[in-house]
Amino acid sequence: MPGASRYRDCDTVLLPAFPDQNEMRTWLERQNYLIDYTLAALLRRKTRNLGLLLVYTLLVFLFASVLLLSQGLRREAATLMQDAPELIVQKLNAGRHDLLPAAWLDTLRGIRGVSAVRGRLWGYYYDPAVKANYTLMVAPERGLTADAIMVGATLARVREVGVGDYLSLRAANGQPLPLKITALLDSTSELLSADLLLLSESAFHQLFQPPADTYTDAVLTVRNPREARTIAGKITLALPASRPILRAEILRTYDALFNWREGIVFLTLGTLLLAFLILAWDKAAGLSAEEKREIGILKAIGWETGDILRMKLWEGTLISLTAFLTGYALAYVQVFYGGARLFAPVLKGWAVLYPEFRLTPAVDLQQLLVLLAVTVLPYIVATLIPGWRAAIADPDAVMRG
Amino acid sequence: MIELSAVSKIFHQGQPNECRALCAVSLTLQRGGMTVFKGPSGSGKTTLLTLVGALARPTSGRISLDGRLLSNLPERFLTEVRRHTFGFVFQQFNLIRGLSVLENVMLPAYPLGRPHRELTQAAQALLERFGLDGKTASRVEWLSGGEAQRTALARALINDPAVLIADEPTANLDSALSGEVLALLGELAAQGRTVLISSHDPRVCSAAPVTRLIELHDGHIVGDYAC
Ligand SMILES: Nc1ncnc2c1ncn2[C@@H]1O[C@H](COP(=O)(O)OP(=O)(O)O)[C@@H](O)[C@H]1O
Ligand SMILES: [Mg+2]
Repeated sequence: MPGASRYRDCDTVLLPAFPDQNEMRTWLERQNYLIDYTLAALLRRKTRNLGLLLVYTLLVFLFASVLLLSQGLRREAATLMQDAPELIVQKLNAGRHDLLPAAWLDTLRGIRGVSAVRGRLWGYYYDPAVKANYTLMVAPERGLTADAIMVGATLARVREVGVGDYLSLRAANGQPLPLKITALLDSTSELLSADLLLLSESAFHQLFQPPADTYTDAVLTVRNPREARTIAGKITLALPASRPILRAEILRTYDALFNWREGIVFLTLGTLLLAFLILAWDKAAGLSAEEKREIGILKAIGWETGDILRMKLWEGTLISLTAFLTGYALAYVQVFYGGARLFAPVLKGWAVLYPEFRLTPAVDLQQLLVLLAVTVLPYIVATLIPGWRAAIADPDAVMRG
Repeated sequence: MIELSAVSKIFHQGQPNECRALCAVSLTLQRGGMTVFKGPSGSGKTTLLTLVGALARPTSGRISLDGRLLSNLPERFLTEVRRHTFGFVFQQFNLIRGLSVLENVMLPAYPLGRPHRELTQAAQALLERFGLDGKTASRVEWLSGGEAQRTALARALINDPAVLIADEPTANLDSALSGEVLALLGELAAQGRTVLISSHDPRVCSAAPVTRLIELHDGHIVGDYAC
């Protein structure tokens, strides 16, 4: 056949594992038949397999949601933290956070390696109306007038207020303090600004009435970030009542928090996974009499044990891959485009007001593979083993109906 | 040529419900012709056919096919032999429900990876030959007994086996259909295939195409006649 020989060379180059073109054709044709048969067999037991597929998809969806969400949050937090100050200094009074005297700022400026020091004024404010804490912070760089404030979009949404409205807070002297919202904070960084309320220094003093010349804490800029730890040591020497906090430590705390939360969720999901595996095992392992009979017939009419196994392998692969891809895709959409409603309350609970935000879509290949391994592999094994057990039996039983 | 020497099959050996289905049967089956295993129910006909057709192994004794010993062949090779040498028509037909007539007929050839078009044509040709060309797309559970029987026969022949084994091929059919099936089997034997059937039906044993009649009783051969 001239046509065949023309393609032969190119085939051999492309598919070195099958030196013989015919052998490869036969192999492909055989897989084709096996897939055909498997699909028909799956459709024959539609309700059972559909039910299994649904549970399976749901499980992958839950797992993938948690993974994608926590990974996205972690990445988001890391990005935000890049702008965080290198070093924060607090004053401790018998281990409790205390206001920091303005004189400290000069001491800090005198420490070698510190390039800038700024005192910050901020505090938490509990709003009984929404039963949540706001973070109030003085933002000199915003140039707010005495009664002007800027609030996070989530806070505005929860309190149902907008630009131009007044928000009334209860001051330390018991009097209401009306403050005018002049702007909303942009929602790209809403994750951290959800409960944030920026105000002027005078409004802060009116509200909390702290002693004069005190700050909540101080933020430091250092000349060389790698020296931050050494500088922190010098600060503790110069000011024994101080507690320097490194940015790296904050990051680690967030990470630990995430790990802990993720752990809780995974524990719950792990139980689910176990339940599913038992179900899958039961469904797949307890081959119905009908299926056993079919395997017997196939063997009697000339299928090898290997052919039955290949067929079962296709069955497991088709079901589990469909479930995996669907579940993962749904989770992806849910987390990155649907606001991650499902697990957000558990995973990103550092702001009491739940922000509405979008994570940057991303897929971690390693994570994908791990998820694939823990969900798809067990299922395939669960379908293979009973198939194998049925297939190694002598097929003479089919002669007896 | 198939040779059995002192072949026994014992079910549940060593248990209280032990059953000797075949006792030291020795037998030589030549190529071609139509051999009938006759005997009352429980005499061991089905058991003998499963051993000859390599669906099971004997408890003791040797079975060889064209001089090649089958009784101690590993499972893999046994399947290989089975699929190239034997075609089976089971008493209960054992068609796979939910699949069409055509798919059922093609099924034994799937693992061989025969090109799809060629295989479909071969299956269709067989179905045509057995008068089932109008039924190719029907699901097998809607077939009548005779149609199911002929579908099973087509399936047994798709890999072009040298030996056709049919267990009680007329048991589920009325006498007119029985005659038809016997004629079909006779045709196959006439074309050089070896046809082995079992039956307890005296009409089958006296049918025209039969070339040899072997009588079984309680797992023993009690008669062997050329017709
Ligand atoms: N799988 C089995 N387990 C136990 N006994 C069996 C089994 N298969 C057949 N037998 C017994 O072997 C004997 C022969 O059976 P069989 O070969 O089916 O006879 P026939 O086909 O002539 O009716 C019977 O007594 C039957 O009960
Ligand atoms: Mg029988």
